[in-house]
Amino acid sequence: MSEAVAVAHGHGVHPAPTSFWRKYVFSLDHKVIGIQYMTYSLFMLVVGGLLAMLVRWQLAFPGRPLAFMGKIAPAGMPGGVMLPEFYNSLFTMHATIMIFFAIMPLLIGAFGNYVVPLQIGARDMAFPRLNMMSFWTAVPGAFLIIASFFVEGGAAQSGWTSYAPLSAIQPKGQTLWLLALLVLGLSSLLTAVNFITTVINLRAPGMHFFRMPLTVWALFIDAILLLLALPVLSAAMIMLLFDRVLHTTFFLPAGLIVSGSAWTNAGGGQPLLWQHLFWFFGHPEVYIMILPSMGIVSDVMAVFSRKPIFGYRSMAYAMCGIAGLGWIVWGHHMFQSGMNPYLGTTFMISTMVIAVPSAIKTFNWLGTLWRGQIQFTTPMLNAIAFVAMFAIGGLSGIFMASTPVDIFIHDTYFIVGHIHYVLFGGSLFGAFAGLYFWFPKMFGRMLNETWGKVHFWLTFIFFNGVMFPMHILGMRGMQRRIYDYTQYTHLQGLQPMNIFMSFSAFALGVSQIILIVNFFWSLKFGERVGDNPWRANTLEWQTSSPPPHENFAEIPVVYHGPYEYSVPGMAEDYLPQTQPASAPLSSH
Amino acid sequence: MSRRRPTWLSLIVGAALVAAPALLLAASEPNAPWTLPEQASTYAGRIDGIFNLILWITGIVFFLVEGTLLVFVFKYRAKPGAKATYTHGSNRLEVIWTIIPALILVFLAVMSQDSWAYIRNHFPASGTVIDITAEQFAWNIRYPGPDGKLDTADDIVTLNQLHFPVDKPALINLHSKDVIHSFFLPEFRIKQDAVPGMTTRVWVQAKHTGHWEIACAELCGLGHYRMKGYLTVDRPEDFQKWLAETAAENKTESK
Repeated sequence: MSEAVAVAHGHGVHPAPTSFWRKYVFSLDHKVIGIQYMTYSLFMLVVGGLLAMLVRWQLAFPGRPLAFMGKIAPAGMPGGVMLPEFYNSLFTMHATIMIFFAIMPLLIGAFGNYVVPLQIGARDMAFPRLNMMSFWTAVPGAFLIIASFFVEGGAAQSGWTSYAPLSAIQPKGQTLWLLALLVLGLSSLLTAVNFITTVINLRAPGMHFFRMPLTVWALFIDAILLLLALPVLSAAMIMLLFDRVLHTTFFLPAGLIVSGSAWTNAGGGQPLLWQHLFWFFGHPEVYIMILPSMGIVSDVMAVFSRKPIFGYRSMAYAMCGIAGLGWIVWGHHMFQSGMNPYLGTTFMISTMVIAVPSAIKTFNWLGTLWRGQIQFTTPMLNAIAFVAMFAIGGLSGIFMASTPVDIFIHDTYFIVGHIHYVLFGGSLFGAFAGLYFWFPKMFGRMLNETWGKVHFWLTFIFFNGVMFPMHILGMRGMQRRIYDYTQYTHLQGLQPMNIFMSFSAFALGVSQIILIVNFFWSLKFGERVGDNPWRANTLEWQTSSPPPHENFAEIPVVYHGPYEYSVPGMAEDYLPQTQPASAPLSSH
Repeated sequence: MSRRRPTWLSLIVGAALVAAPALLLAASEPNAPWTLPEQASTYAGRIDGIFNLILWITGIVFFLVEGTLLVFVFKYRAKPGAKATYTHGSNRLEVIWTIIPALILVFLAVMSQDSWAYIRNHFPASGTVIDITAEQFAWNIRYPGPDGKLDTADDIVTLNQLHFPVDKPALINLHSKDVIHSFFLPEFRIKQDAVPGMTTRVWVQAKHTGHWEIACAELCGLGHYRMKGYLTVDRPEDFQKWLAETAAENKTESK
């Protein structure tokens, strides 16, 4: 704690480490750790994306060989023809990698780490060593999950939800899946403790809770959700691991007969227990993945509308509301599971109610644009796309909240469409907004704006090309997680639509090359910019780009909220949090 | 400025009121590839009714939100020398856009509950009793024999071939031998998981005779995609005939 206190009060700046290992590898600096997380998560984003390309190939052309894959993955695609068990591995690993190894570390590990201490005016996280440990615990997690492709029987193949008993009787890859996520869960838990402590204790003088940027609010609430939800998942995964290797029967009922013979360890277990535990974690989890993007988008929208965020307190309260209600909606994943239908009614009502805070946020974003001076920078385009796409994801969620409608669309592509509008249309567009927004702060150079816009438009168009038709597939009754839908007469007519979606997906994948090239090109040749290229108010822009070791020469003093743009009577249209207002600021 | 104020608002509302019904009517065009499948069960219409109600409401909200977004983005693009309006929000608006969505959502929950209770809680008192045991990757289907009881020696069994008579509820008990499966009849709008270690129940009544396919909707392993069954809805006399034939086949097979 003494370290934290010293950091908080800013008595003298520690000298930056000079050795290569201390500076770049085992760094204690939250900015280096943030960039480490960014590298990690963008790499995993590519891996997860490539897996999705293979899934889309099979859905466009079921059973058609892909010659080069016969050489890369001879076990899963002998002669280039995909086996059903390999297909099951692909979508399982696509979702697992995207959720746990790409989106979460990108939003929380990368942006959270980099931005939160800067935005609250701290020298670093409260526990720098713990922070370093978080990252270096996440690394073996990634190795384990990738290694699972190479064990006998291939990677996990029971879906990212890993419903028992299927997940209990699958080949070895499932054990590695469990170990990878247990390790990664420990890493996230350490991060959560660190964020909560940092935000509570290390805010600069004058940085009251209601002067914090919404990105900080979002990550603070996120960390609380992580801290409370992850142990439940970890406990469930340990129980499943025990069922697999120690022959316990937490999820295995008596009389299980697998492939004609009695399963050796079965008796007394309850398969639905896994679902309750998984979704008790899993529903807060989906909000864990959207909240940081909501925060980032709010910051970006205020800056590029040159306006205070509309309804700042409502935005913060709405996030608190989501965080609270998020604990009582998990059963909406289980309407058709055999759970008591009266419970279904309860969960339907709570699920309908949780749509309200998301609606409030959407209206407030529109209010922020209203009578603004909107600048169409790449971060802003991505932020606007977030609002447009998150609205679709939110509205499609209402269909599945309705219990009778869910009878039909549950486990169909409708759900897959919904999750992608929230996770890609929402979380990922938010992450792109953050990337283009903070890149100049991280590296002192801009990402190329022209190519950024090309990347944005292609991503936006092809994203909709692949994801929107998913709703229609679901309406036609096409199940998710299905290797060959042409087996069913009523689904055979859906192939042309699937081909269109797959080509959109391939184009979406190829479009990301623009971002990758832009990223590396701009690191070296991007336009050099000053400390505050966007003319923003929050504290991270009031120090150099990139910020020095320990962030600020002097700990800044905060005089007002983060969104004082276009204050009447001022020459400039922005008022940094470190600069006192010449006249009292109105609250409305 | 004030003379221009109502223009954008009426533009959005007008566009939404024209575009939303046009697209929604297109969506309810029968037999188009983007519509819901045929309604083969007595309650399929109820479910589609709620689906369409939600489609209308979310469709209108969709056009209002996206339309407002587009208009704002166009109208409030930065102009040289101009300054944004300095405001932190409006408590009145916050209250309005909290209460209206909340009322609509609770209304949808209430509308949904009636059909949910009808399908899940109110089982018909009598009907064709059928036992289905799912396994990787097949449906074992069992009817009571002449004694009218299940799980006795005279039970009539079939594999993947489900028959029941039209205009009478089929009362189906679902079990599973191994992992979770899900019994899914898309045209009947019914889906229910079959969970090992417990019995789940579902009822369905066909509106007319015909042939359909049973799908497994819960990932159950490598053969999940081909865990297909066949449903035949017969006239009552055809159903009795089929049952008798199947019973006879069962006897020859067991000899």
